[in-house]
Amino acid sequence: MTSPNRPRSFQEIILRLQSYWADKGCAVLQPYDMEVGAGTFHPATTLRALGGRSWAAAYVQPSRRPTDGRYGENPNRLQHYYQYQVIIKPSPPDLQELYLGSLRAIGLDPMVHDVRFVEDDWESPTLGAWGLGWEVWCDGMEVSQFTYFQQVGGHDCRPVSGELTYGLERLAMYVLGVEHVMDMPFNDPDSPIALSYGDIFRQTEQEYSRWNFDQADTEMLFQHFKDAEAECARILAAAENDSAGRRIPMAHPAYDQAIKASHLFNLLDARGVISVTERQAYIGRVRALAKGCADLFLTTDAAGTAA
Amino acid sequence: MPDLLIELFSEEIPARMQARARDDLKRLITDGLVEAGLTYASAGAFSTPRRLTLTVEGLTDHSPTTREERKGPRTDAPEKALEGFLRSTGLTREQLEARDDKKGQVWFATITHPGRPAAEIVAEVLEATIRNFPWPKSMRWGAGNLRWVRPLHSILCILSDEAGAQVVPLNIDGIEAGNRTRGHRFMAPDAFAVTGFEDYATKLRRATVMLDADERASEIRSQAENLAFARGWQIVPDEGLLAEVAGLVEWPVPLMGVIEARFLSLPPEVLQTSMKEHQKFFSALNPSTGRIEGFVTVANIETLDDGATILSGNQRVLAARLSDAAFFWENDLREAKAGMATWAEGLKSVTFHNKLGSQADRIDRIAALSREIAPLVGADPDQAERAARLAKLDLRSAMVGEFPELQGTMGRYYALEAGEPAAVADAARDHYKPLGPSDEVPTAPVSVAVALADKIDTLTGFWVIGEKPTGSKDPFALRRAALGVIRLLLTGSIRAKLTSVIGDGTRRHYSQELHRFLREDREDSEAAAAWLGVEPEILRTHRTELRASMMLQQERDKKSRELIESLRLQRNAPVTDEQTLLSFLHDRLKVHLREQGIRHDIIDAVLAQEGNDDLVRVVARATALNGMLATEDGRNLTQGLKRASNILAQAEEKDGVEYSFGADPKFAETDEERGLFTALDTAEPKIKAAMAAEDYPAAMTAIAALRAPIDAFFEAVQVNTDNQIVRRNRLNLLSRIREAGRQIADFGSIEG
Repeated sequence: MTSPNRPRSFQEIILRLQSYWADKGCAVLQPYDMEVGAGTFHPATTLRALGGRSWAAAYVQPSRRPTDGRYGENPNRLQHYYQYQVIIKPSPPDLQELYLGSLRAIGLDPMVHDVRFVEDDWESPTLGAWGLGWEVWCDGMEVSQFTYFQQVGGHDCRPVSGELTYGLERLAMYVLGVEHVMDMPFNDPDSPIALSYGDIFRQTEQEYSRWNFDQADTEMLFQHFKDAEAECARILAAAENDSAGRRIPMAHPAYDQAIKASHLFNLLDARGVISVTERQAYIGRVRALAKGCADLFLTTDAAGTAA
Repeated sequence: MPDLLIELFSEEIPARMQARARDDLKRLITDGLVEAGLTYASAGAFSTPRRLTLTVEGLTDHSPTTREERKGPRTDAPEKALEGFLRSTGLTREQLEARDDKKGQVWFATITHPGRPAAEIVAEVLEATIRNFPWPKSMRWGAGNLRWVRPLHSILCILSDEAGAQVVPLNIDGIEAGNRTRGHRFMAPDAFAVTGFEDYATKLRRATVMLDADERASEIRSQAENLAFARGWQIVPDEGLLAEVAGLVEWPVPLMGVIEARFLSLPPEVLQTSMKEHQKFFSALNPSTGRIEGFVTVANIETLDDGATILSGNQRVLAARLSDAAFFWENDLREAKAGMATWAEGLKSVTFHNKLGSQADRIDRIAALSREIAPLVGADPDQAERAARLAKLDLRSAMVGEFPELQGTMGRYYALEAGEPAAVADAARDHYKPLGPSDEVPTAPVSVAVALADKIDTLTGFWVIGEKPTGSKDPFALRRAALGVIRLLLTGSIRAKLTSVIGDGTRRHYSQELHRFLREDREDSEAAAAWLGVEPEILRTHRTELRASMMLQQERDKKSRELIESLRLQRNAPVTDEQTLLSFLHDRLKVHLREQGIRHDIIDAVLAQEGNDDLVRVVARATALNGMLATEDGRNLTQGLKRASNILAQAEEKDGVEYSFGADPKFAETDEERGLFTALDTAEPKIKAAMAAEDYPAAMTAIAALRAPIDAFFEAVQVNTDNQIVRRNRLNLLSRIREAGRQIADFGSIEG
């Protein structure tokens, strides 16, 4: 890394992305307060990609993938990690240039590096969503996912949202020249109390890996899955008007339950108690929930189509 | 004669779609222009990741003026009819011409369609092409409705001649056609105007864009080879990768790197696959060590540090990838050394297909079938079974989990690590083969046994559950499996009765399903009964019987075997399954032989014979017959045999009897008849002996000797004469001809 404006820590990269996208006019949101597998699950992306209203948001989203846990030993794999997510609707014509600007902002100069857009179509079976785009390569490494959403929850996206997802740890390790994620400086390494990624997350990776793989009570998780599914269905079926006669459909509370079901499914999967054939059925059940939430959201003010 | 230049400039087009898109652009535009009446001298299409370009040279500047003549009403028709005709032609009464027609005088109109300028036609054709472009997948973007493979940014469309270049006026969903384009995304991002194709190509090159994909590919190849040569290495050729990489860059800059020594102990297939799949690197082989020791990555940019940053970045990514691979490899080797029992156990919980049990069930079936096939292919039954039990265990290995295309390849390494003999280990690698019509066919006996068993198990399984290929749908690649069976049998000259092998395979599926039902004590007798195609009641009764007498294992097995047989009889489906599967294999055989120049009717003629489930015999017969039919004797003989058959068939239908016996030379009236008797007396035993000895060429020679006597017979003799004794005798003689033919093939189905 020869760039003079090279960041010195994980958090500096996050801060630079935040201020870059804030400068470009995005609302800088905070992470969603629920366990999700990826930044896409944040309602700011999934639900806001639906309907006609313009939208521009950027946020960090802690993401959990129980099956990726490696007790903190693997240099690249974590069951809990961070994604940086940008979503703009309608997708602006210069989105690629805006994206390249964000790479410059964190010290990756495309005149020195080899930045490439390599076909990678995105699909989320659990969200009933798909889009076309690329994975962005920098010197042979995938640093982002770049997608033009075509459908979410089974609905055509009109207008189309442009979505950018940065895998923050991997990107930061590359920018900072770190070989093992746990060695990465989290705050400035010259701080009085310098903290590495490992200082903060090594122990939690161990604890969650053990719980995810060996300890999580599967009976209970199955029950929670059923509960979330039932509650979601109940919310979706509830009368649109409250007792005072105000029309308040509850798309977001219902969607929370769909997110919950999705994460519970991931936990069960990590415990190895879902067979290959059952897998498809579970994914279908979560998709049905997400679809119901999308249907309902489209009738609301936030979708720009409410009565 | 103007030239046309079109460029559609977009965000990055997937590499795999570019070649098709070039061809489609050229075809759709030139077809459209010709359709509209223009002609052109030549056309060429080009692509880079960001543009599709078409140049059309020597285009006519107008479409020709055409005249159309239209017949109208009679001159004495009511005024209304004439008015209508004038309206429809757009002419006045003075412009019409009255001509004499059969029914009197009739008005004729001559309408002139003036030619249209090329620009107008180009604009229409280009718009239609863009709106209907056959991308495999296309998308919308922003707030628009236009679809393209990725967002379309600009359209360059100019017609140029000696007088200069003119932009073709065109606006598609807000994209206004112009004469400007851009160079390389990073090295020359500014827009510039062009005046024609030559100017365009020159300026693009100056703007670091190599327009021609073939040129990029050959540039990559030669530079990569030079880089390798400098170290005494060789690039492992990979045309697919080369084409893909050429579609990922506008300005290829190959860079060579070295694989760290700590990774060199990984199997070369792992290095190559990991580098290719994850990073699109070419592998560089060191011929003196026989190992892959380096790589070439192709960047899309020239940098001030000559690619040093890019190369070191790629090295780091590779190291991370290979660390993963090394980790998998070491863990897998440990498991292999311990005998792979955990993998075998793990496959019990992996579903192969929800109606065909788990991968472990599948392995059990293939192992048993391999044992039965072993003697047919000269393999040791114990080794064949052992090989079948090990061949798919690598599906549980971490390496195959990461790189599914290494299945089998890894299996061989792990079997060797487990201390298995080479024949068993090789079967793990080779039992998937042949994968396509040109893939290599294994010949080592153990590999052949397992390869056959694997494919027969797949075919019979999907046949039993009714998942047969239809039309273009063949989700389980059963056609490929069938061709695999055929090529294995033919290459190894394996004399197997397919009906019996198929029967074994089919039975195994039934018995396994039944055992699953009995063993697991399942209560869902409805589902099991539906699978087996019998009444649930029958199953329940049998299960109670089997349970009630907790008899000796042996007796229990015998009972359930009987049960299976009786169920098969009741359902009667397995027999049909086996027959339709055999015909499916026959169909694939026909396709296979047709590609080798043997006509389908010849194969049909042979397949109509006994013993058609021995494909080696079928092919030997068809080849011999094909050879004979290539001669004049053979063709005439076929005519003679057919004529004999036809006369006989007519007579038999008319008389209601079958003429098949008792021709006697003493009723022969002519020398030609007597000659045919003699010829048949000589030929018949020869044919019989040759067929019995499977010497088909000799059988063909023997029957071909009948050509002259048969021809002479039909020339001289009228079969249907009034003398009934003579007639019957001649018909019975004809039946000897028919019989002689039937020994060899069903000549009736041979065409011409």
